[in-house]
Amino acid sequence: MRTIWIWLPLGLFLAFVGLFASGLFKPDDRVIHSRLVGQPLPAFTLPAAASDRPALASSDLATGKPRLLNIFASWCVPCAAEAPQLMALKQAGVAIDAIAIRDARPDVDGFLRRYGNPYARIGLDARSGVQIALGSSGVPETFVIDGRGRIAYQHIGDIRADDVPMLLARLRDAQ
Amino acid sequence: MKLILALLLALLAAPVAAQTALPPAPWADRQIPDAAQERRARALMETIRCLTCQSQSIADSNASMAGDMRSQIRERIMAGEQPESIRAWLIARYGDWVSYEPTAAPILWPLWAAPLLLLGLGLLLLRGRIKRRRGA
Amino acid sequence: MIAETGLAALWLAAALALLQLFLAFAGLKGGKPDLLVAVRPAAVAQGVLTAIAFALLITLFLRSDMSVLLVATNSHSMKPWLYKFAGTWGNHEGSMLLWVTVMGVAGAAVALFERALRRDTHMATLGGQAAISLGFYAFLLFSSNPFARIDPAPADGQGLNPLLQDPGLAFHPPTLYLGYVGLSVAFSFAIGALLTRQVDAAFARAMRPWVLGAWVLLTLGITAGSYWAYYELGWGGWWFWDPVENASLMPWLAATALLHSVTVLATRDALRAWTVMLAVIAFSMSMVGTFLVRSGILTSVHAFAVDPTRGSFILVLLALYIGGALALFGWRIGSVREGAPFELVSRETMLVANNLLLSVILGVVLIGTLYPLMTEAFGHKVSVGAPYFDRIAGPLALALMVVLAAGPLTRWRRDRAAAVCKRLLIPAAIAILLFVSLSLLAWGRIGLLPFLGLIVAVSVGAASIAPLWKRNLLRTPLFTWGMVIAHLGCAVSLAGMACDSAFTVEKLVAARPGDTIQTAGWTLRFARIVPIAGDNWTALQADMRVDRGGAPVMIHPQSRFFASPPTTTSEAALLTRWNGQLYVVLGEEVEGGRWQIRIWWKPFVTLIWLGGVMIALGGALALVGRERRGWLLKWRARRAAA
Repeated sequence: MRTIWIWLPLGLFLAFVGLFASGLFKPDDRVIHSRLVGQPLPAFTLPAAASDRPALASSDLATGKPRLLNIFASWCVPCAAEAPQLMALKQAGVAIDAIAIRDARPDVDGFLRRYGNPYARIGLDARSGVQIALGSSGVPETFVIDGRGRIAYQHIGDIRADDVPMLLARLRDAQ
Repeated sequence: MKLILALLLALLAAPVAAQTALPPAPWADRQIPDAAQERRARALMETIRCLTCQSQSIADSNASMAGDMRSQIRERIMAGEQPESIRAWLIARYGDWVSYEPTAAPILWPLWAAPLLLLGLGLLLLRGRIKRRRGA
Repeated sequence: MIAETGLAALWLAAALALLQLFLAFAGLKGGKPDLLVAVRPAAVAQGVLTAIAFALLITLFLRSDMSVLLVATNSHSMKPWLYKFAGTWGNHEGSMLLWVTVMGVAGAAVALFERALRRDTHMATLGGQAAISLGFYAFLLFSSNPFARIDPAPADGQGLNPLLQDPGLAFHPPTLYLGYVGLSVAFSFAIGALLTRQVDAAFARAMRPWVLGAWVLLTLGITAGSYWAYYELGWGGWWFWDPVENASLMPWLAATALLHSVTVLATRDALRAWTVMLAVIAFSMSMVGTFLVRSGILTSVHAFAVDPTRGSFILVLLALYIGGALALFGWRIGSVREGAPFELVSRETMLVANNLLLSVILGVVLIGTLYPLMTEAFGHKVSVGAPYFDRIAGPLALALMVVLAAGPLTRWRRDRAAAVCKRLLIPAAIAILLFVSLSLLAWGRIGLLPFLGLIVAVSVGAASIAPLWKRNLLRTPLFTWGMVIAHLGCAVSLAGMACDSAFTVEKLVAARPGDTIQTAGWTLRFARIVPIAGDNWTALQADMRVDRGGAPVMIHPQSRFFASPPTTTSEAALLTRWNGQLYVVLGEEVEGGRWQIRIWWKPFVTLIWLGGVMIALGGALALVGRERRGWLLKWRARRAAA
C-alpha cells in the first residue's frame, strides 16, 4: 500500500508529461467548426448587399443543385486574397452566393468592382446575426450547400488555389 | 509569468482580426433598461467565449463579433428568452467550446469529480496521521 | 568583444557546473571526500561568472550594439535608457540568461552562507543545484544564445514598440523569475536531503528562507500582474483564470503550502515526506508554468512569443528533473521515518488542513487548466474558465480562510477544542452579526460567494489580529508580526474581491460632448473630445469633469492609435478614492456624434492589491525576523563559547 502512495506522484507526473508531449507534437487545430454541418441551413432573409445583385434568403439556397455560400466582408484582407479562386470556381460553373458581414453597400460595390464579382446573390448581415446562426466564427468562410439546402461542408479561412479542386469534389459529392 | 509582456502582446494581437468601420451593434454596449434582465444577460455573456479572440469571454472583448454577440444576447433576453436556451442554441452551433460554463456532458464528469477525488485522496493520505482523542 | 566575453563566461560557468556536479558526486559517493573542498568555490565562481555574463548583456543593450542579434531584434537606439536596460530580459534569450544568473548567484549564496546543514547534505544540495543549472546552461548555449552576432549589423534595431515601454513591464517578469529560482533552490535542498536521508528540522530551517523569499516575490509578481491586467485590458476585470495567469498562480499555491509545512517540519520535525514532496511540486509548477507559457499549447489572451522547439526543450528538462526527483523520492522516502501522529486539535492539524486545502485548489487549477488539452485528445473541444474555477476554488478558498483564522489561535502539540472556540468567540460573533445584517440588507441582490466572502473576510480579518491580543507589541517577535500582517492581507484581499463582485455598478452609455452622466453617486460631465499626440501614438481623449458632491476632478480616458503595427487601445481613466475606484473607458464613436463610454464604480476594489502587498510584506517581515533571530542565537552562542 505504502509503495503505491510513494510511486503515485511519479505515475501522475509521467501522465502529465505524456499529455504535454502530445499537445506539443500533434498538429495545431484551433479552428472551431460549425456543428451545423450535415444539417439544414437555419432559415434567414437578408437584404441585398450590392447594388447589382439580388438579396439572399435561405430558401434561395435549396435549388436542387449544390451551391457555395461564401461569407466575406469588404474590410477583410484574406477575402480579397481568395477572390481569384472564387472567380475560378465560378468559371468552372459553380453557383456562388454570399453573405457580407458588417458591411455597407457602397463598400461592397467597391470591393466587387476591384476584385471581381463571382456571386449570384449577396445578402447583407450587418450585425453578424446570420453568421452566428450558421456557426461561422470568422471571415472568410465558405459553405457547400447541397440541393436540399443542407450544409454539406464548411471551409474555414481563405480559399487557396489548391483548395479549388477539393471544393469542386465536395460540390460533386453533395449532388 | 511575464504577464505584463504577455498582456501587451495581447493588446497587439487583439485587433489583428480586422475590424469594420461599421458602428457597434445597437445593444453591444448598451444596458437593458430592466436591471434584472441586464443582470441575466451579463451573467450569460461572461460565460460565452469570444470566437475571434484568444481565450476571452464576449463580455471582456473589443472584437466586433463579440459586440454583435452581446447585442444579440441582449435582444433575445429582452424578447423573453431564457439564458440557458440561448446557451444551448450557441452550443448547437459552436459546440461545448463556446461555453466557459462546463456543461454536463459526460466528457466533463471527471472535471467536476476532480475536487472531490482530490479531497478524498488527501484525507486517505492523512488517515492514521491524526491521533484519536484519548478516551474517545 | 563584449559579446564574446559574455559567451565565454557562460561556457566557463557551464563547465564549472559540470565540475561542481562531478566533485559533489565523487566526494559523496566515489569515496574521495577531499574533492568536496572544491565544491563551494565552484559554486561561488559560477555565481560570479553568470553575473558577469548578465552584466555584459546589459552593457550591450545600453550601448545599443546592433551587431548582436538579440539587441538588434529587441532594442532601438532611440529608446529611453530604462527600457534599453529592461529590454535585456524582455525577450526569451535574455530572460533565460536572467534565470541562469539568478540561479548562479543563489547557488553562490547557498555555498557561502548556509551553515545549519550537515556538510554532506550541504554538498549534495550544491550538487543538485549544479545539475539543474546544467540543463539551463545547455538550453541557453545550444538553443537560445543571447550573444549571437548578426552580420552585417543593421543600422538600427527593430524594437521600438511603444506598447512594450512600461515601467511595470520592466520589473514584473524579473520578480516572478526570482520567485521561480528561489523555488529551484528549495528543490535542490530537497534533493540534497533525500540523497543523504537527512530530512529533518535542520533541513527545514535551511530551506525556509528560500521558500519565504520566493513566496514573497511570487506574491508581488502576481499582485502586480493582476493590477496591470485590470487597468490595461479596459474591462474592469482583475483575474480572468486565463492559462497564463493560472500558470503563475500554481507555483504560488504550492509555495504557500510548502511555507506552512516547512514550519511544521522545522518546529515539530513532522511531515517530512510531505514537505519534500511539496518542494518538488513547487519547483515543478514553476517549470510547468514556464512550459505552458512558452510552448503555446494552450490558448491564452496573453498571447506570448511561443516556440514549440523551446517548448520541447523545457519539457525535456521538466521530465528529467522532476521525473528524476520523483523517482529519487520513491526510492529514498521509504527510509525516511515519519514523525509521531498529531492530536486532532493542534496547530499541526490546522497546518495540515491548510496544506490539504491548498493542494486541492492547486490540483483543481492544474486539472482545469489542462482539461481542454485532455479532451482534445478525444477530439472534443471544451472551454474551462471562470465559472468552473470560481465555483470550485471559491468555496475551498473560503474554507481555507476559516482554517487561517483558527490556526494561529491553536496551540502546538495539543489544545482543547473548547478553548479554541472560546478564542474564536469575537470573530464568530462578528460573522453572525454580519450574516444577519447582510441578509436583511442585500439578500438576493448579491451572489452567494461574494456574500459569504464578505462575512468571512471581516470575521477572519478580526481573528487574524487576535494573536497580538494582550501581548506586548514591542516584544512580539517580528515573524509573528509577519504572520499576522500576511493573514490580515488575505482577509483584506478577499474583502476587496467580494466587494468588487457584490457592489460594482456598471454603466454603459453613448454620450455626446456636453452630456452629463449620473451613476453610483457620481456626476460625470463629458466636456469634449480632443485629439492629442504622444511619442508614437495619437489619441482621442475625452475630457470629463467628475464629482460626487465635492470639488470636481478632471479625468481623461483615451482611445489610442498606434501606427506601426496599426493598433487601437483604450487607456482607462482611474480615479481612486478611499472607498473605491471609478473606472472610465472611452469606446468607439457611434452614430450621431455619440461616444461609447463604459463606467464602473468599484467599491473597495483596491483592497485586492493592498491585500496582496500586505501578504508580501508579512512574508518579508517573517523572513527578516527568522533570519535575525538565527543570527542572534548564533552570536550569543559564540560569545558564550568565548
